[in-house]
Amino acid sequence: MDYKNEKLFEEKVFKDPVHRYIHVRDKVIWDVIGTREFQRLRRIKQLGTTYLVFHGAEHTRFQHSLGVYEIVRRIIDDGFSGRAEWNDEERLLTMCAALLHDLGHGPFSHAFEKVFTLDHELFTQAILTGDTEVNAVLRRVSPDFPQKVADVIGKTYPDKLVVSLISSQIDADRMDYLQRDAYYTGVSYGHFDMERILRVMRPEEEQVVIKFSGMHAVEDYIMSRYQMYWQVYFHPVSRSAEVILMKILHRAKDLHNTGYAFRYDPVPFKPFFNRVIELEDYISLDENILMTYFQWWRKEDDAILSDLCNRFLDRQLFQYAEFEPATEYRKIGELERLFKEAGIDPEYYLVADSSSDLPYDFYRTGEENERVPIYLQMRNGELRELSRSSEIVEAISGKRRTDHKIYFPEDLLESGKDENPLYGKILELLKN
Amino acid sequence: MLQEHARIVQFVAMAQEVSGRKKLQKMIYIAKKMDFPFAEKYELHMYGPYSEELTLRVEELCEMGFLSEQCTDKGSYVQYSYNVTEEGGRFLETADTPHAKLADCIERLNDKSSRFLELVSTVLYFDHLPKDEQIEKVHIVKNKLNYTEAEMADAFDFIADLQVCSVS
Repeated sequence: MDYKNEKLFEEKVFKDPVHRYIHVRDKVIWDVIGTREFQRLRRIKQLGTTYLVFHGAEHTRFQHSLGVYEIVRRIIDDGFSGRAEWNDEERLLTMCAALLHDLGHGPFSHAFEKVFTLDHELFTQAILTGDTEVNAVLRRVSPDFPQKVADVIGKTYPDKLVVSLISSQIDADRMDYLQRDAYYTGVSYGHFDMERILRVMRPEEEQVVIKFSGMHAVEDYIMSRYQMYWQVYFHPVSRSAEVILMKILHRAKDLHNTGYAFRYDPVPFKPFFNRVIELEDYISLDENILMTYFQWWRKEDDAILSDLCNRFLDRQLFQYAEFEPATEYRKIGELERLFKEAGIDPEYYLVADSSSDLPYDFYRTGEENERVPIYLQMRNGELRELSRSSEIVEAISGKRRTDHKIYFPEDLLESGKDENPLYGKILELLKN
Repeated sequence: MLQEHARIVQFVAMAQEVSGRKKLQKMIYIAKKMDFPFAEKYELHMYGPYSEELTLRVEELCEMGFLSEQCTDKGSYVQYSYNVTEEGGRFLETADTPHAKLADCIERLNDKSSRFLELVSTVLYFDHLPKDEQIEKVHIVKNKLNYTEAEMADAFDFIADLQVCSVS
């Protein structure tokens, strides 16, 4: 039997708190899971700094990736297989793309990317097509198979139905992370009837559609997403931790660039500071390494780096105040001036941050929009955009909610305000 | 702080007006590819490279009153145009000075149609690939737009000419 169709002698199962069991029969999938690059995902947390608010949120990209694979496997094997619109030749490719869609995430994902202006999607592509263990496994399927997997994840694969299973407004990625993040954070939002959604998903030429009878299950999914964003993903305390994390990395980078002699040489960071990053540098870095350096940097002579690391590790986070940029943008300038005058570097201790989410968006002919909507398959076979049938979805469609905050070290300002009247002035300005 | 917001307002101010959400998206993507410091992250979407972050920032800037958005019914489609407001002009007084080459880059981009910029930005999205693969990819992801060989050649020529504006 060729490698592409080779099955394991006995099915392997992973016990999983969200899907109960994750089933693996395909040898290729089993081999991919065993690669060094996939195992690395055990050392990248799914929710970054959220564990500092919801202490259960220590789950990893490894768990999430297996979950996305399992959902896609079930959609194909239990729902799509044998249907005229689905090409079973795409089964292994779709499952590999599901399993590997987050392969290029770095430590603390978005915070790390932002500081070093990186793109995890490009690293996913590079790991899949470069000299890596995962590439060697995929190449055994066919020489062009690693590139095909990269194309599905990069949304450039010609079969849009395959792409939509991994990336659309109702895809396996979102269905797994909403449930998994809800489970590990312990919140009661984020739950929806996935079993029902899987039963009513239908393959169409360019995307997955939902049988009309499943509309209410989809409504529940969209509302879950809305709740999770505002209750968990944009939690202001978690954002505060992320702000400090980013400032630590910024400070370390700035110190390196100005020739500071680190007590603990930041060897794994140097390629990122110098912007000459080999694939191996990227793959080698994980959250364990960052946390180890943060421990060491507590003892650095640089007061800012040391303070920020203490704050992050001991959860002495920044306080936040509401901020309305439209009317208060001059306040930022004034605060920056006062911080400097008071001897506190605003570059590291004063941060304006915005969070925003669009729970569901739709595209109608004639409008300039970029999101592919969710379609319901009506009883007569016609496809209808979800918000045209669902009053609940219509009510939140295209409605973006944005939240602006300023983060600052209230503890420092409070403790020093008696000695330095400027600290008190800053606090007054921040709280009014 | 708020410099990322200011850069977008500055961009629209320098263009005087940008007609079309899609056009603004593509202009900023192309400027970013010329190494101008725009922070918004892009992904490949329906019309080529698209930034959810930019959409959000523009909406925020409109809500803040720094940009104005006019909606025009063009018959078969609706077009949104962007201008800087008086308050936006005052906000720009707090911004850093833009790179000297940005004005030239914006002028070249604003002269082109949205369809052409969609092609140029998609070509640039695949600029890590050899030229033949780049073209093949554009045809795969833009199969409905049926770009001609002449349009494709124009896009490559335009990108080559645009390098004089590149910051790097």
